[in-house]
Amino acid sequence: MRYESPQTIEAASALLASEAGLARILAGGTDLLVQLRSGMVEPDLVVDVKNIPTMTSIVEENGGYRIGAAVSSAVMNEHADLCAMWPGVMEGADLIGSTQVQGRATMVGNLCNCGPAADSVPGMVAANAIATIVGPNGRREVPVIDIPVAPGKSTLAKGEIVESVFLPAQVKRGGDAYLRFIPRTEMDIAVVGVGVNIELDDSGVCTHARVGLGAVAIKVLLVEDAAKALIGSKLDDAALDKMAAATSAACKPINDKRGTIEFRTKVAGVLAVRAVKIALERANKRASNGGEK
Amino acid sequence: MSGIHVSTKINGDAVEFVCDVEETLLDVLRDKLGMTGSKEGCASGDCGACSVTVDGRLTCSCLMLGAEAEGHDIGTIEGIAKGTQLHPIQQKILDHAALQCGVCTPGFVVAAKALLEKNPDPTETEVRFWLAGNLCRCTGYDKIIRAVMDAAAEMRGQ
Repeated sequence: MRYESPQTIEAASALLASEAGLARILAGGTDLLVQLRSGMVEPDLVVDVKNIPTMTSIVEENGGYRIGAAVSSAVMNEHADLCAMWPGVMEGADLIGSTQVQGRATMVGNLCNCGPAADSVPGMVAANAIATIVGPNGRREVPVIDIPVAPGKSTLAKGEIVESVFLPAQVKRGGDAYLRFIPRTEMDIAVVGVGVNIELDDSGVCTHARVGLGAVAIKVLLVEDAAKALIGSKLDDAALDKMAAATSAACKPINDKRGTIEFRTKVAGVLAVRAVKIALERANKRASNGGEK
Repeated sequence: MSGIHVSTKINGDAVEFVCDVEETLLDVLRDKLGMTGSKEGCASGDCGACSVTVDGRLTCSCLMLGAEAEGHDIGTIEGIAKGTQLHPIQQKILDHAALQCGVCTPGFVVAAKALLEKNPDPTETEVRFWLAGNLCRCTGYDKIIRAVMDAAAEMRGQ
């Protein structure tokens, strides 16, 4: 195994593209090191991306935030303005692992490992986060929802690296939230995870919604029918019931000791309703602060 | 297999080492540098026995390659006592009998110190959540939590 630590993403991409054997990107390493140790993967090349400045910074852009792919969740969660704008996304990332893991783990690593239960992904999907990808053919921008395909499998081509994720500006009366179910209080993997982002007009009518759903299918899902149930409503009980039903209907979960198909399907709808209520509270609070915090 | 030359700082001292690509920082600390205070429990980032700080940030040294330490400031359990004078967290762990076999203890001390530097006055809940990544199979945690709360109070001068 070779270890390289390039200074630019172009150099990193070239290293990955020209490697004949198996190559892996090393950001936080909280998944990769475990895979290496257990012999799950035996790469010929590991490219550490933590010395690439564009991948290790959080930058304000068009009122939103561009988060470098190698920024740890701990650093992200100490960014007060980012947490104020996208609390749901930040909470999702913050639920991953222990304090020690938080110090290294990255949201983009979570995304690119393509685990269906990745806690940071439903929130990013709900926020319509856009990933910037750099590869041998240049740069492209892809919605986060289009990156995972199946566990461990993504749409990234050989030599491509996610450089950053862009969270757009939250609107004046907008809010997001992420909730997951686990059988304990900490240090566990989601049995169901739901991220929602909603926008309302001044009369309290929902004008935009996105619902991201984790751990109940082969990949994280964007549930368009759930969003449709909310848009145009004042998020009354009838709309929330319809949304819960749409969320449950989108589930295609596995059956295992951590949660049966019936349980995961039901809980997805329940959590979606609770997440919308939190997001609504946040949206109203944000509006009452003039669209800030 | 050629070794990688790494320049780093450990507990304030400049340290250079040569390691294999596959070696974790924990392997380097224990096997190359003879710093065996950090323990290998699970080797998968679950137990926290190998906790160190990297540029002040709490990390599992088993989840990091030795090569990744290049240019960074590493803090280990060996750097916490000042000579024979124990850090208040270490002293309180003794006072409260908050250890039995002791394998998890270095990790708890490093993690608790990182917490109290960030938050000198944590609630018990905050201590419990912060230390959720440190597993102890002997004590049942209660004494450890009390020791950390007590150390925090002492460090605040209360």
